[in-house]
Amino acid sequence: MNNVRNKKRANKSLPFFFKDEFKVFFVIIFVSTILLVTTFTFDKVPPILNRGIQPATFPKGLLVLIMFLTAVIYYLSFKNPWKKEKKLPKPFFLTILSFILFIIISKTLDFFLAISVLSIFVSYNWGEKRIIYLLLVGILFPLVVFIFFEMILGLRFPPGIITNLYYY
Amino acid sequence: MDNLLLMMAPLFSSKLLIVLIFGTLFGLILGVLPGLGPTTGGALILPFTMTLDPLSAIVLLTSIYCAGTYGGAITAVLINTPGTPAAAATCLDGYPLAQKGEAGRALGMATVSSTVGGIFSVIVLVFFAPVLAQLAYEFGQPEYFALAIFGLTMLASIGEGSPIKNLIAGAFGILISTIGKDFMTSIDRFTYGINELSVGIGFIPVVVGLFAISEMLTQSTLLDQVFKRVALKAVKLPSLDDYKKTWKTILRSSGIGSFIGVLPAEGGTVASLIGYSEAKRFSKEPEEFGKGSIEGIAGAEAANNAATGGAMVPTLALGIPGSATTAVILTGLIIHGVRPGPDLFREQPDFLYGIFGAMLIANVLFFIFGFFGAKLFARITLVPNKILWPMIFAVSVCGTYSLSQSIIDVWIMLFFGVLGFFMRRFGFSVVPVIIGLILGELVEGTLRQSLVIFDGNWLMFLTRPIALTFFILSLIALAFPLLRSKKQKK
Repeated sequence: MNNVRNKKRANKSLPFFFKDEFKVFFVIIFVSTILLVTTFTFDKVPPILNRGIQPATFPKGLLVLIMFLTAVIYYLSFKNPWKKEKKLPKPFFLTILSFILFIIISKTLDFFLAISVLSIFVSYNWGEKRIIYLLLVGILFPLVVFIFFEMILGLRFPPGIITNLYYY
Repeated sequence: MDNLLLMMAPLFSSKLLIVLIFGTLFGLILGVLPGLGPTTGGALILPFTMTLDPLSAIVLLTSIYCAGTYGGAITAVLINTPGTPAAAATCLDGYPLAQKGEAGRALGMATVSSTVGGIFSVIVLVFFAPVLAQLAYEFGQPEYFALAIFGLTMLASIGEGSPIKNLIAGAFGILISTIGKDFMTSIDRFTYGINELSVGIGFIPVVVGLFAISEMLTQSTLLDQVFKRVALKAVKLPSLDDYKKTWKTILRSSGIGSFIGVLPAEGGTVASLIGYSEAKRFSKEPEEFGKGSIEGIAGAEAANNAATGGAMVPTLALGIPGSATTAVILTGLIIHGVRPGPDLFREQPDFLYGIFGAMLIANVLFFIFGFFGAKLFARITLVPNKILWPMIFAVSVCGTYSLSQSIIDVWIMLFFGVLGFFMRRFGFSVVPVIIGLILGELVEGTLRQSLVIFDGNWLMFLTRPIALTFFILSLIALAFPLLRSKKQKK
């Protein structure tokens, strides 16, 4: 209980723009505003074909609702500040980095190579240093998954430097 | 009598029986592993169901749902970590009882009460779903719109966490459903010139992202966590004294769970918390709760499993999911060309009663597997996260890719994974996003068609008695959290 109170107090002492409440409020309002502006670029249906409401009206209404509710939670947070979350550890950022690597490799080199690299990268950075286990998660398991999807579901994976060896 | 025979059909089909056994075992494994669960597991296995006929596919998904909900109790009792969110209340008394050297008794009670709750809810499903489906014949577009709004407000009202955050998440889910070509006018919305977005955002990338990938990120922040495991010799059936002490609690929680399950919300999670608190309120020994009360375990477990059948009622009768997992099951139905709703009850009773029967049998199967195999299933938690989660990632990526064979879907999955992580970190539940996404087209479609019927006059909604009733219920649902917080302050 004391711990939660201390965390709340710690959060209260920060300038408003460093607080989680403001960050969340800002991000939602910012993204919603961009999306709201986008809705004004949607094509309009001529009145003779318009049945009910214009295609932009419904998303506009939703975005206004989201922005209004976000303002309400921000207002309520003055009375009841959110508890301050722990700092994110290094493995979290490395996992995010592995996602970026996955996207780059799957786009430029090979889908399966991307899975293998991510699996080995994540497993290693989460503390697995034994080569045999890294090979298990990085090569053997993705291979089993590949064969399973290929044979049972008849799936054709996107071409790439390794996948092509199998297909051609 | 005919319906009873139809329900028993899975027992006489070797294929369905194998699917049921596999689904139950797989569901138990998913339930046992913290962070996974029937929703993620169902979403991951959905692409594989394409090789099955519709009945086998749905039987597989429902058996995963039933067994996965129970499986969470095993880890809750033995390592004080709920395998699924629905088992959170089970930790409160399950683990303390296990620490006293009575893990077998705690798991025995969890297994029996889960089975009773599950079977009770299937009975509710069998009797209540056709009635609701019959009622749905009276529904037109305005009524469906009002019903969908009621569903979303209920999410805010009795879902986990802040009601306003739940509403934001639900609205966000509906907003995602508007991406792509407008289904009435074919006008592009939020596509930003990307062709792949014209068909909209698929359900599977969002579900797998919000549940599996965001959980992977959560696990990356918990690597230093050490689980203390309690030894288990064998699961013990409850004694006569235990039965005497808990039978009322089990029945009460079964009723609560089935009722909560019918309401579109977070099904088992909320049901188990209410079941637990009601068990405490009615108990002769409330001071024992939190210290290893057998009634606490019974109350939580009967309720969360009873929510499974309850949640299937609106899913099958109205096409409105009662929980995140039933949203996955609903997607499975749609993928296999089965349209839930009143016509399904009239045209395909064999299919429906096959599902009911499969759920009934799944409850019996997880009792057997849980009773004899809990020790083995508990060992699955020994697989370290550094091995397990890269493997889950590989399956998630391939599963997501396989449905549309689109790499964009995989990137969408990763985006929603990161988004889901931050949503959870800041107290936004991801379940309303899923429900909102699946209800989005229904909400917008019925609203626009209603306005066509009403010639653009919004007030005409109030002239429809059923729609008006749902709107009033929605207002009550929205007011409920306010009243509850005022009462708590007092």
